[in-house]
Amino acid sequence: MTEAPVLEIRDYRLNFNTFDGVYHALDGVNLAVGKGQSLGIVGETGCGKSVTVRNVLGLLPSPPAEVISGEILYNGKDMLKVTPEEMQKIRGIEIAMIFQDPMTYLNPVFTIGTQMIDVILTHQKALDRHARKNRKEAKAHAIEMLRKVHLPNPESQIDRYPHELSGGMRQRVLIAMALSGSPKLLIADEPTTALDVTIQAQILDLIAELVEDMGLSVVIITHDLGVVAKVCDNVAVMYAGQVVEYGTIEEVFGQPKHPYTEGLLKSIPHPGKPPEELYGIPGFLPNLLTPPKGCRFQARCPKAMDICGTPPKNRNNAAHDRTVLCHLYEEGFADA
Amino acid sequence: MLETHDLTVGFPVRADGKKAILTAVNKVNIRIEKGDALGLVGESGSGKSTVGRTILHLNRATGGSVTLDGQDITRLNAADEKVLRRRAQMVFQDPHSALNPRMTIMRSVAEPLILHTKLRGAELREKVGSLLEIVGLQKQFLYRYPHELSGGQKQRVCIARAIALNPELLVLDEPTSALDVSVQAQILEFLKSIQKELDLTYLFISHNLAVIRYVCNRVAVMYLGQIVEQGETEEVFSNPKHPYTKALLEAVPLPEPGQPRRGKPIVGDIPSPLNLPKGCFFNTRCEKAIAGVCDQKPVPNFTTEDGRRVRCVLYDPEMQPQAATAL
Repeated sequence: MTEAPVLEIRDYRLNFNTFDGVYHALDGVNLAVGKGQSLGIVGETGCGKSVTVRNVLGLLPSPPAEVISGEILYNGKDMLKVTPEEMQKIRGIEIAMIFQDPMTYLNPVFTIGTQMIDVILTHQKALDRHARKNRKEAKAHAIEMLRKVHLPNPESQIDRYPHELSGGMRQRVLIAMALSGSPKLLIADEPTTALDVTIQAQILDLIAELVEDMGLSVVIITHDLGVVAKVCDNVAVMYAGQVVEYGTIEEVFGQPKHPYTEGLLKSIPHPGKPPEELYGIPGFLPNLLTPPKGCRFQARCPKAMDICGTPPKNRNNAAHDRTVLCHLYEEGFADA
Repeated sequence: MLETHDLTVGFPVRADGKKAILTAVNKVNIRIEKGDALGLVGESGSGKSTVGRTILHLNRATGGSVTLDGQDITRLNAADEKVLRRRAQMVFQDPHSALNPRMTIMRSVAEPLILHTKLRGAELREKVGSLLEIVGLQKQFLYRYPHELSGGQKQRVCIARAIALNPELLVLDEPTSALDVSVQAQILEFLKSIQKELDLTYLFISHNLAVIRYVCNRVAVMYLGQIVEQGETEEVFSNPKHPYTKALLEAVPLPEPGQPRRGKPIVGDIPSPLNLPKGCFFNTRCEKAIAGVCDQKPVPNFTTEDGRRVRCVLYDPEMQPQAATAL
């Protein structure tokens, strides 16, 4: 990467201290997102994909969460060391986040206008006194943002309540709200999972448009490999709290290296092709209260060897940023 | 084997303080032959689940009829309903809420056997054990509770319970939507294998087109309570005819590199079923809509040369000149 990344996560380890013991949620996560780039984080339930990004904005309560090591660098600044006051000036203005279920994140008793104006006025506190918008200007800005996300008739929609809008419209409102402070980085946690495919296509199209027009960097978390392949430049595949494979979409989807990525790709029926036999990855996720000593995928891996009892190291492709966490690539690897 | 004739289901609702009827299923005609797997696909609110539930008497039909092997099962008394339950069973979307958390797996799977058969004691235990074996669970699970099982295991238990009475028809309502993809693959493989082994007929309801393509040999696409296209799965997927089917297939992002970032996604939202569009229900979002035709009168089904049924005026033999340009 020539330019310094906007967001870089280095050797990030995080535990949850529970009554049952210490849950090793993340174990040495390394990720980077460049300016104007989009990174997809994929993995199955419980692999730690959401937990990885929550602390970028300080959203994990501690306790129970405990950061063991690592840093989350946003333009060089370690977000794990930021004070709550400083964080307030970053949330929504530098980095914004949208979540899965658009209904739960909107307050049902206020109109979407009231909620958007609130957000915009809160952002003003980070500005100099003379540059702040007043309520009327904030409303104009809210309408402008709604227009940007292609909500029809924003002037009248702004006085509506969340229940009067469809799921797709609500997600548009949340995106408008997230982008109202013109952030540089947008983190979207399963943004289309609650939506129908035709509406999902609209929202993905909108995100692609905003990335192009606003030079936004995006992190998209999803379990849907199709969504990642469509909107992201790079992809990180997570398994049991680790990034097992990282690379560009072409590399990872075209030539998967890690046995887990291979299994995952073989386990989804392809909507565009006649059926072939599916491969269900046998077994279950390991219990992270007592993570396996070596490779975390060894118990389910068809290619497991004796050496897999020891933890694998990340292997880089000599040429660029592609990494694979697997003993098979101990000697390094090259892309064909 | 199973047929519906103009099946209609309406729910009384209050909208803006007035009483109204929400027509969730609007004159649906489906036909499933023995040994078939019919996929019912559509977006949320299209009425696909209501069709499945109505066939099994979990909702009441307000019009039309359902026949099973020629026998009318639309309106049944409690005794006949019990007979129907032996022949047709359902698997629900969320295996967690479909199992009673205070019953052991043994008790949950034994429930239909206790209600319908005289099996008791050791015989019952043996039967439940063999059912669990069919779905790939060991006997050790017999006395566990649902919370001790993973999502995939729970769904296997639900399937074991559904096949306990050797039914002929299984209605599967989004059986894998709550599961992770690697587990989904296991369940789909398994559903395909027991269909052959136990000679089952499936009505498979899903919003996931890829899953339908994988499991079903026939497919019916629903939109706003109507079936807009019905035919052999491979034909419908490789050559969709209805503009909605086309749009739906194009909207699915593919798990492979090199896709265009931006497409032209189908515009707008699904209209409210309380305020249905005039004419073809899809005309408000259809890019091929012909003004003055599609927004005027309801569209009937047309049968194309290859035997597919499509609810679109573009396939009206009388519309051929206009259709040729639009297609």
